Amino acid sequence: MDLEFTEEEKAFREEVRAFLKEKLPARLSDKVRNGQNLRKEDMEEWHAILNARGWLANHWPVEWGGTGWTVMQRAIFEEEVSKAHAPRIVPFGLSMLAPVLIKYGSEEQKKHYLPRILDGTDWWCQGYSEPGAGSDLASLKTQAVRDGDDYIVNGQKTWTTLGQYADWIFCLVRTSNEGKKQEGISFLLIDMKTPGIEVRPIKLLDGDHEVNEVFFTDVRVPVANLVGEENKGWTYAKYLLTYERTNIAGVGASIAAFEQLQQVAKTTMRNGGPLAEDPLFAARMAKVEIDLENMKTTNLRVLAAAGAGHAPTAESSMLKIRGTEIRQALTDLMRRAAGSYAQPWIHAAFEEGFNGEPVGPDWAAPVASDYFNMRKLSIFGGSNEVQREIITKSILEL
Amino acid sequence: MDFSLGEDRQMLVDSVGRYLADTFDFSAREKAIASSEGWSRAMWNGLAELGVIGAFFREDAGGYGGSPFDIGAVFGEVGRAIAVGPFLETLMAGRVLAATGRSEELAGVISGETRITFADTPMMGANGSPVAPMHAASNGDGWKLSGGKGVVGYVAGAELIVVSAQTDTGTSLFLVRGDAAGVSIRDYPLVDGGAAGELTLADTPAELLGSDGEGQALIDDATAAGLTALSWEAVAIMDVLRAQTIEYLRTRKQFGIPIGKFQALQHRMATVALEIEQARSAAINAAAALDKAPNVRDAAASAAKYTIGTVGKLTAEEAIQLHGGIGMTWELPLSHYAKRLTMIGHLLGDEDEHLSRYIALRQAAA
Repeated sequence: MDLEFTEEEKAFREEVRAFLKEKLPARLSDKVRNGQNLRKEDMEEWHAILNARGWLANHWPVEWGGTGWTVMQRAIFEEEVSKAHAPRIVPFGLSMLAPVLIKYGSEEQKKHYLPRILDGTDWWCQGYSEPGAGSDLASLKTQAVRDGDDYIVNGQKTWTTLGQYADWIFCLVRTSNEGKKQEGISFLLIDMKTPGIEVRPIKLLDGDHEVNEVFFTDVRVPVANLVGEENKGWTYAKYLLTYERTNIAGVGASIAAFEQLQQVAKTTMRNGGPLAEDPLFAARMAKVEIDLENMKTTNLRVLAAAGAGHAPTAESSMLKIRGTEIRQALTDLMRRAAGSYAQPWIHAAFEEGFNGEPVGPDWAAPVASDYFNMRKLSIFGGSNEVQREIITKSILEL
Repeated sequence: MDFSLGEDRQMLVDSVGRYLADTFDFSAREKAIASSEGWSRAMWNGLAELGVIGAFFREDAGGYGGSPFDIGAVFGEVGRAIAVGPFLETLMAGRVLAATGRSEELAGVISGETRITFADTPMMGANGSPVAPMHAASNGDGWKLSGGKGVVGYVAGAELIVVSAQTDTGTSLFLVRGDAAGVSIRDYPLVDGGAAGELTLADTPAELLGSDGEGQALIDDATAAGLTALSWEAVAIMDVLRAQTIEYLRTRKQFGIPIGKFQALQHRMATVALEIEQARSAAINAAAALDKAPNVRDAAASAAKYTIGTVGKLTAEEAIQLHGGIGMTWELPLSHYAKRLTMIGHLLGDEDEHLSRYIALRQAAA
């Protein structure tokens, strides 16, 4: 048993910290810390800074512009960027599509798309969920029918995160209705500028525009845009879901959120004393903190095993469930900490450069919206109930 | 970073596990807990010969190990076999002997010749409040102790007892011989097997351990080690309960199919499995912090006790519930694992006490 990071890992952490101190613009980290909305340009700016250092696609193979980092280095990096309140790396092109292309794409596809993901030429979005295909994703109906050198795509995707910014969408489409439903799915790359595509915003409960519906009406897609083989898309989709689970626990984000909560609880007065000394609030905080301390070690155990070649299955699902529960619990406590001041909803305060009259504690403006927004964590990426199914399958083997 | 036990420690674990599997199976355990002493001295002596007790203590104290992970690894095997005996008491009292330079007595403990226990819990009276607080006074020809201690593990037949008492200066620790004048014991079996007793001392001669009034730091150190040990024991018991419950879900059929096919049961099992991994991490964290500064050590120990308390209750209750009626029977070893796991919650403070202590420690550090 040795729970210490190696000297190399400690040095690496320092290197990441030094980089963040020097290169992470305060304007961006302030926005993240204050819960303000990031614009497309903000995310692109941060991507470009990381790319200049060669750290944007840190999990890709070196030959395609990756870093060759160990799983532990990647975890350290994720933790430090979260703690520094850096914008998150937009995952759709970098973490979702790229690994699939690298493993299953043609040489032409790799050479064409990967550099454009790296330099920000293409913004990708994910076309998986449909109105009738959520947890039961394989029941998807969006159809691609072969017509000469094209597919003609008809159907609807939904919950398409940041699709309003996207140049391209990677889609799961149905190319066969024969046999098992998983065996008629293909993985298709579609230019969002193709005629017949319509993007409609979905306003979420926090009032923000984060996700969209994408409609396809007789959209012509060149067959060259098929990834891998026709009707093998489910294999690629599953690979995408199991790949890159190093950050599934969101440990860095939770550490940052807990530190913020601690600060708030220390300074916020309730019933004549600091909130941190209110016995019931202190107990709620301590329970989350202990769960997080345990989670950090659970995460490291899974990473150490992954580094030794053990592919996590049930463990990834456990990390997803508990990691999201902890993050949700932290937004719940921030909401409680604000007391009455969780209620005011001054939407302009969520935008950069707001200089209106502040209301209540300066941290309180986004906490209720954050809490509502973070309900998504236990729903997306395989709902926490689907994760329990995965755990059960793996341990019960029934 | 390496989460394996390491080769030497794995060998120790394997030999302890084999010894307990061979000599202390369920029927041997039944015999031991039904005996007048409530445990098996033969098993204890066998373990001592294997070097198990020595593994609790460092080489400079005459032991063969003593690292937090040595302690954890051995207690894991104790849990896997739900072995009864003064493991916790020996660890805690022995740690005090080691810290106060009593190498002669400790050597006897390590060899298995000398039985020792640790008496720190106040005696409770019929009305639910503490009675007969232990106090110590020195009258020129040595210290004398009077008062009571409650639920002292394996106190009957112990040759040595480490006792906490108040002096004019403060909390102090003393070494009492089991056959000393004024020692009286009312012993009884425990609900999860094993034995304990109410200890009453009346003008009993005792030797001061360490310095007068400075016993609390020794108690805190012994308690941190005890909490770490219990955490590892508890996680091992959880592993057994999990394996047995999974096997039952796979094989027990109702409505024509294995009950593990029912989603209501599947999700409960998945939650238990997840919580056990968190408990394992808590136990590892406690061990990793045991040699650190007292506030860091105690926060990790309390976090672990809180975690194994809540997860232990969940695991024990779910194991019984998912087994249905058979889980209620004495005949099934499972129920004895569930009882032991639940009773670990009652040792050295429960999850509420440790959550409170954790909060206090964190607030003091902030």
